[in-house]
Amino acid sequence: MNDNCNISDKNTKPLLTIEPPKKWLPLDIHELWNYRELILTFTMRDIKLRYKQTGLGIAWAVLQPLLTMLIFSIVFGRLAKLPSDGVPYPLFILAALLPWTLFAEGLNRSTTSMVTNSNIMTKVYFPRMIMPLSGIMSPIIDFAICLIVLFIMMVYYGFAPTINIIFFPLFLILAIATSLSVGLWLSALNVKYRDFQFTVPFLIQIWMFLSPVVYASSIIPDSYRFLYGLNPMAGVIEGFRWALLGVGVPSITVLVSVCMVIILLVSGMFYFRRIEQYYADIV
Amino acid sequence: MSGKIAIRVSHLGKKYRLGGPQEPYHTFRDVISNSLKAPMKILHKPPQVEGFWAVKDVSFEIEEGEVVGIIGRNGAGKSTLLKILSRITKPTEGKVELYGRVGSLLEVGTGFHPELTGRENIFLSGSILGMQKREIEEKFDEIVKFADIEKFIDTPVKRYSSGMYVRLAFAVAAHMEPEILIVDEVLAVGDASFQKKCLGKMGDVAKQGRTVIFVSHNMAAVQNLCDLGIVLENGSIAYNGNIENAVRYYLGKSFHIGHSNDLNALHHEGTQRIRFKKFEIKNSDGETIISSGSPLVFYLTLETKEKFDSSNVNFGIGINNLVDDRLVTLFTKFDHSYLNNSFIIENNTQITCSINGLPLISNSYKITLYVDIDGELSDHLVNQIQIEISENDFYGTGNLPSSNQGPVLIVHRWDQETNNKFEN
Repeated sequence: MNDNCNISDKNTKPLLTIEPPKKWLPLDIHELWNYRELILTFTMRDIKLRYKQTGLGIAWAVLQPLLTMLIFSIVFGRLAKLPSDGVPYPLFILAALLPWTLFAEGLNRSTTSMVTNSNIMTKVYFPRMIMPLSGIMSPIIDFAICLIVLFIMMVYYGFAPTINIIFFPLFLILAIATSLSVGLWLSALNVKYRDFQFTVPFLIQIWMFLSPVVYASSIIPDSYRFLYGLNPMAGVIEGFRWALLGVGVPSITVLVSVCMVIILLVSGMFYFRRIEQYYADIV
Repeated sequence: MSGKIAIRVSHLGKKYRLGGPQEPYHTFRDVISNSLKAPMKILHKPPQVEGFWAVKDVSFEIEEGEVVGIIGRNGAGKSTLLKILSRITKPTEGKVELYGRVGSLLEVGTGFHPELTGRENIFLSGSILGMQKREIEEKFDEIVKFADIEKFIDTPVKRYSSGMYVRLAFAVAAHMEPEILIVDEVLAVGDASFQKKCLGKMGDVAKQGRTVIFVSHNMAAVQNLCDLGIVLENGSIAYNGNIENAVRYYLGKSFHIGHSNDLNALHHEGTQRIRFKKFEIKNSDGETIISSGSPLVFYLTLETKEKFDSSNVNFGIGINNLVDDRLVTLFTKFDHSYLNNSFIIENNTQITCSINGLPLISNSYKITLYVDIDGELSDHLVNQIQIEISENDFYGTGNLPSSNQGPVLIVHRWDQETNNKFEN
């Protein structure tokens, strides 16, 4: 070899080595942590841009789920008379729409983020995972506003929260983790196969009916509870209703969902790391 | 120099598939249909596709504090090399070791969003370029001042003039402080005075002892800023050494007919009774470097089996720009001094044409050679020789026209009829 390196720096290690793509890369959470400000910056950018030049501004964040709640309450509550575990149907629906919107919006934005931001990502390096991550984070403001609306409605219906509410943060984390795990898979797949950006809206629609958004998970027979939990959103929504409204009891569904999210999240991160190495050559 | 290594590149290569630098566009349908057609095949690796090496077997080392210019023709692999060094794309083989935090500037205004205000964009672009929020806050006033847009800082940048936009974008980038700075051809934007300010700022960066890799077509800027130069040719290093020699090497190659001055391999038209054999351009120092406005001599060596009286023969040299507009024709009929001399033209006669300078802006141009004998076309080489005119401080003011101000340089003087002046 004609490596004419100086003897003096043989011992110093490089800060960074750039090498050809590998099949498996370590996750490098440390690097992600170093870039945490950038995640926030992108999230803030998305939030600012979302409501810029809209007449109603941030009111849209409330309006969308509220209108959905209204329509669902009329169609599924009044007309179809679906059982709601004894909770006023609008409350019942909103408690599920909260995590559902967080999930669906996050999924939507993270899937497309890798392609819509390609002009930035082909000009400057940062951990690629930042893009889907900030896509997941940006609906959180909307979520917070809707949560306040839910509390106001609970007051209106004279519905006091139970002690279960202390578990709410755990289920919020589970909801974000679900959104992230699916978001990572879909955004990596979308880089490789553009088909996925067309699939996502459709997928979300079907997924909603597979999750207990408009109906109570108690209508699922006990023998199917385990299978039902394979849909992580089933566990999330069941948990939300239990923590916020105190209805239903978290079943095996929640446990299965948690395991499912962990599997999806870890595999999603590794798959993403693998695809991201080819990002600039594909996009 | 400190003698400590900042960047070590060893045997670096990047292969793209043929038919463009992209991977073939995947659709899910292809994968599904392929896997249905050959269910086992999806488990095997696809056969190795013949590719094109944008960068091949490149090795070099850069020490801390060195400022290195990377020069080369379009397609020589400069951009690919920069993209690998700034971690945007991965190499196919070899490796790069970086001994310091890298900041890269491959584009002015990375991450700028038109809907956001100047202030918001400073923070956005700054953090995309790897600056911490605290760092941006500290430098905020300096950035605004450098860009000279104090009044518009809270206006959405979509309302900025393109000049303001570029100034702000560069101001942000110019204030990042990585240990290793990688800069692509970003100075090609903005007006000349701002370009100069940027060069000044980058010069400061270099003086602070930071390692800089700089790519540009602007040879004056490269020579000004860099100590060392790497010339890339077809993805490999053709020269690596001090910047003067690198520029000389590059410009020497920039006058090219293949790699020699031999015209034989080119396409000749006409009777060939007199044929052009060799062509050279030299400046007053005898070098083959052509810069705007400096005196030049064209040398034409002829091949013929007969003897001619120069008064019967007409020679011409035409210069076209790259979009094939004829800019100037140098013709023995325009000058007459050659015709009137009745020289004997025989085999290996070398004729010369001297000019005070080509008053053209730095760019590539194409040369056409022409000779006729009593009006009968003898040899014609159309647009087959390319020359590069390198930048020169033509007006002596450091200001040069930008690309939309025309290709011609003319010495001129501005004045006023009355001679009343402000009394200060």
